[in-house]
Amino acid sequence: MLNQVVSSLRQERLPHIWCPGCGNGIVLSALVKAIHELGCDPDKTVVVSGIGCSSRAAGYLDFNTLHTTHGRALAFATGIKLARPELTVFVLMGDGDATAIGGNHFIHAARRNIDLTAVIFNNSIYGMTGGQYSPLTPVQKRTTTAPYGHLERAFDIAELARGAGATYVARATTYHAGLLKNLIVAGARNKGFSVIEAITACPTAYGRRNKLGNGLQMLLWQRDHAVTVKQAAKMSPEELRDKIVIGELYRAEAPEFTATYEELVARLAQKEK
Amino acid sequence: MSGPAGVARLMQGNEAVVEGALAAGVRFFAGYPITPSTEIAELMAERLPLVGGKFIQMEDEIASMAAVIGASLAGLKALTATSGPGFSLKQENIGYAAMAEIPCVIVNVQRWGPSTGIPTAPAQGDVMQARWGTHGDHPVIALCPSSVREAFDLTVRAVNLAEKYRVPVILLMDEVVGHMRERVVLPPPEEVEVVERKKPRVPPGDYYPYRPDEDGVPPMANFGDGYRYHVTGLVHDEKGNPTTDPRVAEELLLRLHRKIYDHLDDILSVERYMLEDAEVAVVAYGAVARAARRAVKEARAAGINAGLLRPVTIWPFPEREVAELAQRVRLVVVAEMNLGQLRLEVERAVGGRAAVKGIHRVSGELITVEEILAALREVPEHA
Repeated sequence: MLNQVVSSLRQERLPHIWCPGCGNGIVLSALVKAIHELGCDPDKTVVVSGIGCSSRAAGYLDFNTLHTTHGRALAFATGIKLARPELTVFVLMGDGDATAIGGNHFIHAARRNIDLTAVIFNNSIYGMTGGQYSPLTPVQKRTTTAPYGHLERAFDIAELARGAGATYVARATTYHAGLLKNLIVAGARNKGFSVIEAITACPTAYGRRNKLGNGLQMLLWQRDHAVTVKQAAKMSPEELRDKIVIGELYRAEAPEFTATYEELVARLAQKEK
Repeated sequence: MSGPAGVARLMQGNEAVVEGALAAGVRFFAGYPITPSTEIAELMAERLPLVGGKFIQMEDEIASMAAVIGASLAGLKALTATSGPGFSLKQENIGYAAMAEIPCVIVNVQRWGPSTGIPTAPAQGDVMQARWGTHGDHPVIALCPSSVREAFDLTVRAVNLAEKYRVPVILLMDEVVGHMRERVVLPPPEEVEVVERKKPRVPPGDYYPYRPDEDGVPPMANFGDGYRYHVTGLVHDEKGNPTTDPRVAEELLLRLHRKIYDHLDDILSVERYMLEDAEVAVVAYGAVARAARRAVKEARAAGINAGLLRPVTIWPFPEREVAELAQRVRLVVVAEMNLGQLRLEVERAVGGRAAVKGIHRVSGELITVEEILAALREVPEHA
């Protein structure tokens, strides 16, 4: 397994930019293991990313990699996938990247049900710029731009994706790295827009300011606060209040956009004859 | 639907852009509805799937620019169309295309601005936005048609230049050229010169995606063709890997400029009309050049030796051509539908060797033949 991961890294790019205790490497590792399990041809695999700490992941991977502009990864990926549907396209984004500046692209990729697998690194913070609140920062948490505690409510990425039309929605944490890998595999196998939210720790810009401890302690927090879909079904909303529900959250059938477009092209070609 | 080539048709400028794009091999369009460019999107939606191409109306202007870049990287020639407000939104990713060297064409059918302005009124207020709209130092190519047939020809040329130099190319139209209808005879496909991007000539292991050939342009592998590499808007080395090395940053930015400025003979074009013996000249472009041409003709009839210099390539600015003109004429009249965006460039190139007079119109109305003619009659005594 480790060899698989290493074989898909651009060795000359290491060491990476991430801080000690950061969870991004765990997500990257789960992604690579998933790509190997899926048997994707590296030449036909594309990894698109936005801007932020997590989006640097694309550059470390030995696939066709595209590090785009802030929030726009899904829009670039839409162009790639529509132009060349035979490519397998993964899109890596941070929580602010995907749901603040990229929120419009996120809901419309879901609405189209375009065959992209989006992995959202949710660390509840803008890490690269030093710890400002994102749409995923919980109420009352401290950030550099919420020095008295955060006043706004957070998004639920999974509910957002589901409401907008995504056909596969799942969540795991970096503590549950095996599950995360399995969910990415299942998401990539879904012919449509798939969203996998990966809860990951930023001890430097989020944990420190909120006294959540180091990377290990934040991982253990994930372990202690995660409940499976099955467990959650038996719990009251009150019991679920500070819990993270992990596993496959939603799955649906819907026409996939690029396939529908290909059908149109074929239908028109038939008519021409 | 397109008619056969070689047959005269009544055609709109925006329609000619679509015909030019398809003739040049464009097979991807992403856009967002905006007046007065919308016909381009509508026709692309109809025509592209008929030739196996792809059309998508994205959720916004930003996304359509991003999708165009993605599609180009995946190997399709790609184009988008917009107007001033949308052009502003696209600037972020136009800069990305310049930095990552992804060929693409952006059509801007200019309308009255700033802001929403008058969506249906013509203007030429985006001359400087075309040049400096995205942040940072960057070279740009912008072409400016003044007839429907030229909208076809320059769309083909824009696509060819984008592919040849791996740059975003801007087709700077105006509402008049976009919406007016003229009798047009399009060339048969075999007579349309079509340029393809340079492909790598080495196996994947030896490929440096940003190592330029002698012409300054690196060969481009498409995603999915077996050359796995990294593309970023960050400063990057020849491998495509991000770096903050000052020498690499400087050399990259200088090369991006060299690949354009070392090929001005290929990129620049101007139209010279009755300039051989001219003593006074008009510089005009786009729709205004049509009135200017007529004014020159009428001036000649009135015994004034007038001529027209029409920048077809507006960026890079045809500096040498204007400087050369300034040595031969006493007066240069710059007529444009803005408050002097190109006049300042002309003044710089003229460098005091001739008088420069501006005719500027920002009412959303065209500049008339009479106004230009009147300016040509007022040759300063000491110029």
